[in-house]
Amino acid sequence: MAKSSTARKEREKLSAPAKMTVTLHVNGVTKKLNLAPWTTLLDALRIHLGLTGTKKGCDHGQCGACTVLVDGRRINSCLTLAVIKDGAQVTTVEGLARDGALHPIQQAFIDHDAFQCGYCTPGQICSAVGLIAEAKAHNADAIRELMSGNICRCGAYSNIVAAIEQVISRKSGSAARERS
Amino acid sequence: MNNFEFSRAISVADAVRQIAADPGAKFVAGGTNLIDLIKEGVTQPSRLIDITRLELKRIEDSSDGGLRVGALVLNSDLAYHPEIEKRYPLLASAILAGASPQLRNMATTGGNLLQRTRCFYFYDTTTPCNKREPGSGCSALEGLNRMHAILGTSEHCIATHPSDMCVALAALDARVLTAGRSGERSIAFADFHRLPGDTPQIDTNLSEDEIITGVELPPNGFAKNYSYLKIRDRLSYAFALVSVAAALEIEDGVVRQARLALGGVAHKPWRDREAEAQLSGAKAAQEPFMRAAETLLSDARGFGHNDFKIELARRAIVRALGQAASAAPQSQIDKRIR
Repeated sequence: MAKSSTARKEREKLSAPAKMTVTLHVNGVTKKLNLAPWTTLLDALRIHLGLTGTKKGCDHGQCGACTVLVDGRRINSCLTLAVIKDGAQVTTVEGLARDGALHPIQQAFIDHDAFQCGYCTPGQICSAVGLIAEAKAHNADAIRELMSGNICRCGAYSNIVAAIEQVISRKSGSAARERS
Repeated sequence: MNNFEFSRAISVADAVRQIAADPGAKFVAGGTNLIDLIKEGVTQPSRLIDITRLELKRIEDSSDGGLRVGALVLNSDLAYHPEIEKRYPLLASAILAGASPQLRNMATTGGNLLQRTRCFYFYDTTTPCNKREPGSGCSALEGLNRMHAILGTSEHCIATHPSDMCVALAALDARVLTAGRSGERSIAFADFHRLPGDTPQIDTNLSEDEIITGVELPPNGFAKNYSYLKIRDRLSYAFALVSVAAALEIEDGVVRQARLALGGVAHKPWRDREAEAQLSGAKAAQEPFMRAAETLLSDARGFGHNDFKIELARRAIVRALGQAASAAPQSQIDKRIR
């Protein structure tokens, strides 16, 4: 009797907690999901929404391949839970192009051959979009430092820096033209 | 990840009530360390209490002329806040020396204080570790201990505290504001983190039912003569081997007040009042800086692979004090050490 009640308690302990309803606005589209609480934002995007552009590299916040923009800011989607981000605006690499035209950063990565195998590229691109919005990178040294959360094992760093520099300088060029 | 329950706190009082009701529960905000520890099986909370919706996101003037920083202010928002850049540049610099922009966009002020060590034996659940499993032993004592502590160690644990931000907060004499079942507390920064002793599993003096609500910065930010110098195996996105927060008040070439805190060398940000007292009244020059470094490191002890840290710390202290004295703080963009 005592034994079976212990066993029942054990079973109760092992049973999965209830799934939770999570609403995410992903690339402009509202998605309602039913998720276990331990689902990371990364797994919600890749497994539950089929948006596999965002990559799982280390899954420990050390490589940056999972970088997405949440409410406009770049974060590691592997280190947060989808349920914590309930109600948030999420932009992944799939959401950067507008009306069939690549985002300037995407185009610059092509122009500068800023990748080899391409696995880190979606994270690099989302991170670069976040970097430009932050407006703290005013030279190549600063770009390198502020992109240090994205590892590229092929070593395409010099071309990645060149691609980002191009977008920043064109942006500041057009801002200067608007002012004059 | 192991199963856990999830709930959301709607107020500080609600957060305290929820954590008191479930001894296995943990608060989650940025998640940058906790989610990783759960994935690794190092910690297995029964419940995560989401505190990200609490109203603890403001940076405001405090009554004594300092600043009060809410526990949920993001590391990046703190580092780039105009008042922090202007009045507490040592803090801004230390934050920007740590982690990556993505992580700083997630990590919170309160969470940074509660980071756990990055000792690889603590993370490796197949090895003994007194911090993870009290009484199981310390694998680092005679293992790979290049990253480990040289000050304040015990026979039970030689782990280091990983934060950069906390090193600056220690140097600035910040206070940690908390709320719990028995009311609110304001804890001196030096009393917040603990040395390992024979209870290395307990990192801080926070009670189990307490939540950090903010950090208070005293009026003096040492904004003129300061430097945060971080030495590591790669120039960016790596934990410190040794880091130094140096802050000086100088009048006519004489040090009136000195603050010196070290990271990467102990279980908590390391302050040495004797070394600081020795500096006050001394000339702001190489010779007294070297004597202060000697004093601070007089009890330092290596464990083999980390023996080099003693000499590295000595040089980093002298260098950082020199940078502070000449009002040429270490850049966190151009990492060349001058």
